[in-house]
Amino acid sequence: MYRYDEFDHRLVTERVEQFRGQVARRLSGELSEDEFKPLRLMNGVYLQLHAYMLRIAVPYGTLSARQLHKLADIARKYDKGYGHFTTRQNLQLNWPALKDIPALLDELASVEMHCIQTSGNCIRNVTSDHYAGAATDEVEDPRIISEIIRQWSTFHPEFSFLPRKFKIAVCATKNDRAAIKVHDIGIQILKNAAGEIGYEVWVGGGLGRTPIIGKKIGDFIRREDLLAYLEATLRVYNMQGRRDNAYKARIKILVHEIGADEMKKLVEEEFAAVKTRGALQLPDEEVERIRAYFAPPAFEPLSDATPELDAAIAREPDFANWVKSNVQPHRVPGYAIVNVSLKPIGKPPGDATSDQMDAVADIAEKYAFSEIRVAHEQNLCLAHVRKRDLHAVWQALKAADLATANVGLITDQIACPGLDYCNLANARSISVAERISERFADLKLQHEIGRLHINTSGCINACGHHHVGHIGILGVDKKGVEYYQVTLGGAADETAAVGDIVGPAFTEAEIVDAVDTIVKTYLDIRKDGEIFLDTYRRVGVQPFKEKLYAAH
Amino acid sequence: MAQHTRKGAQFQAVTANRLADGVVVYLTAKNGWSESLQHAEVAEGKEAGEALLARGQHFFEPGNLVIDVYLFEVEMTDKGIRASSVRETIRQAGPTVRRDLGKQAELEGVHE
Ligand code: SF4
Repeated sequence: MYRYDEFDHRLVTERVEQFRGQVARRLSGELSEDEFKPLRLMNGVYLQLHAYMLRIAVPYGTLSARQLHKLADIARKYDKGYGHFTTRQNLQLNWPALKDIPALLDELASVEMHCIQTSGNCIRNVTSDHYAGAATDEVEDPRIISEIIRQWSTFHPEFSFLPRKFKIAVCATKNDRAAIKVHDIGIQILKNAAGEIGYEVWVGGGLGRTPIIGKKIGDFIRREDLLAYLEATLRVYNMQGRRDNAYKARIKILVHEIGADEMKKLVEEEFAAVKTRGALQLPDEEVERIRAYFAPPAFEPLSDATPELDAAIAREPDFANWVKSNVQPHRVPGYAIVNVSLKPIGKPPGDATSDQMDAVADIAEKYAFSEIRVAHEQNLCLAHVRKRDLHAVWQALKAADLATANVGLITDQIACPGLDYCNLANARSISVAERISERFADLKLQHEIGRLHINTSGCINACGHHHVGHIGILGVDKKGVEYYQVTLGGAADETAAVGDIVGPAFTEAEIVDAVDTIVKTYLDIRKDGEIFLDTYRRVGVQPFKEKLYAAH
Repeated sequence: MAQHTRKGAQFQAVTANRLADGVVVYLTAKNGWSESLQHAEVAEGKEAGEALLARGQHFFEPGNLVIDVYLFEVEMTDKGIRASSVRETIRQAGPTVRRDLGKQAELEGVHE
């Protein structure tokens, strides 16, 4: 697996030392808050409602067991014994004290981790498919190119002060689990008829105040040219992007204003210029060097037939339910992908205690080649588990309260921290998600409903990806009181779409019933084999609107 | 900074986060910062509110103890001083989804 090289290590330790000095000077009063704030943000330190928050980067969502154990330790020692996994595959600590953060960063650095690129107007931590290296139809491991992009973009002098933050996501399967079309740049890895690997490039996707689905501007960028093409795209944005208004500064606004064709033309001109200089050609040896970091683990030759597993499934309904929703096929016979739900009924989505982090790390060491993934849906994932170990893994997860069998179901919700923690929030999101999961706790009902994603954000910044939830919930503030606006029909996958606003917002007391009405309406009118999104796409917003506002 | 009070608010207090650890604090009559809203000095009326804020901001830089100083609306009840908005109630008490954390353990009924 990826280990950052000496260059990175020196950079990170220098950065921690520098920050230690800055914190000391801030605490002594030598630096004012105005001077210090940009410095702390560059190190992932935000101020939230109750305390500081530290955002720790988990590049493309991959963690080793050793790293996860360290995160558990850190959360215990410097925080209140838990952390929050985010839709950017990062981990946020909610309560660290500023004075402790340099020591905390030292500990992170000891396991090759840091908080770089988790804040500021730079190219943020690259995100990718949590099934990387395990998905059945994967063209190549998307983390190879993600890592190449990470190395290229870290502290890139030209792109450290962009008009706004910039997010890149990479996906290598038909089924998009990385939400590439709602990123500033989304990269789809493809193989052409000649068997060569190349990249489809989507630009200008994004959520927030102005949700937009990305546009394809590159059809098949060759591997050696990818960095040159990305550099060209960033350069066009850096030169043309608006700096006068933070809400209009994202690349999506530029693409929207000039049109995808013009964007493509400008990028191609710049790309030709970058290529003539030749400096950004990606040599094969470099790709191979990085590929070695992601070499597949030593899979055993196994049969895909597992009678013990089949017997356990037949014998134990709870286990069967868990396998049904949380386990996915693996590209290697005899192996499976295990999703670890961080969505227990009635609890905050994405939170894990230190003990749970330790438990997952232990399980990964024993059964999953010491590797853990963070999914953007705020779950964890063990990418390579022998099918014959599934029962033991389930039992171990159960012992740590981590065996909720709901991945992809209605209670597997995304929710941002919202007004329970976040300084920018208008309304709570976690508490809404908790109440919805309690309402739909019955597993039989959940299976009857089928795949349904509910995403909730506490403000228009959309960290909870509400626009692309099948049902999206956005917290708004009306004179200090929480209200919730509902959108329907959003999707974050390869069929990405922004949801439609269903009508006037609901109060905090009404919102769960509103969701219930939506679900019941769907169950009434769906046709055989449809999931919620299919039904919605067939009938549109009207039937839902009628039911929701009938009494009004 | 966003507004956390409103025009015409009768009672207001000044809050901030403590620099060293981010903990929520309130400006007291003795120009100190207390973790308890019950120790906050409450200003009545617009002018008194502005004067209180000015005092709080005075401690912003030179004293170097707190950050993000602002005025917010409170209510005087028979149970003591209460924040008017959900946001300030949550800041005062702790996350509603982790009732075991924050100051809410000692603040019975604070979220009701
Ligand atoms: S969406 Fe808004 S409330 Fe939620 S975490 Fe992001 S900024 Fe905070």
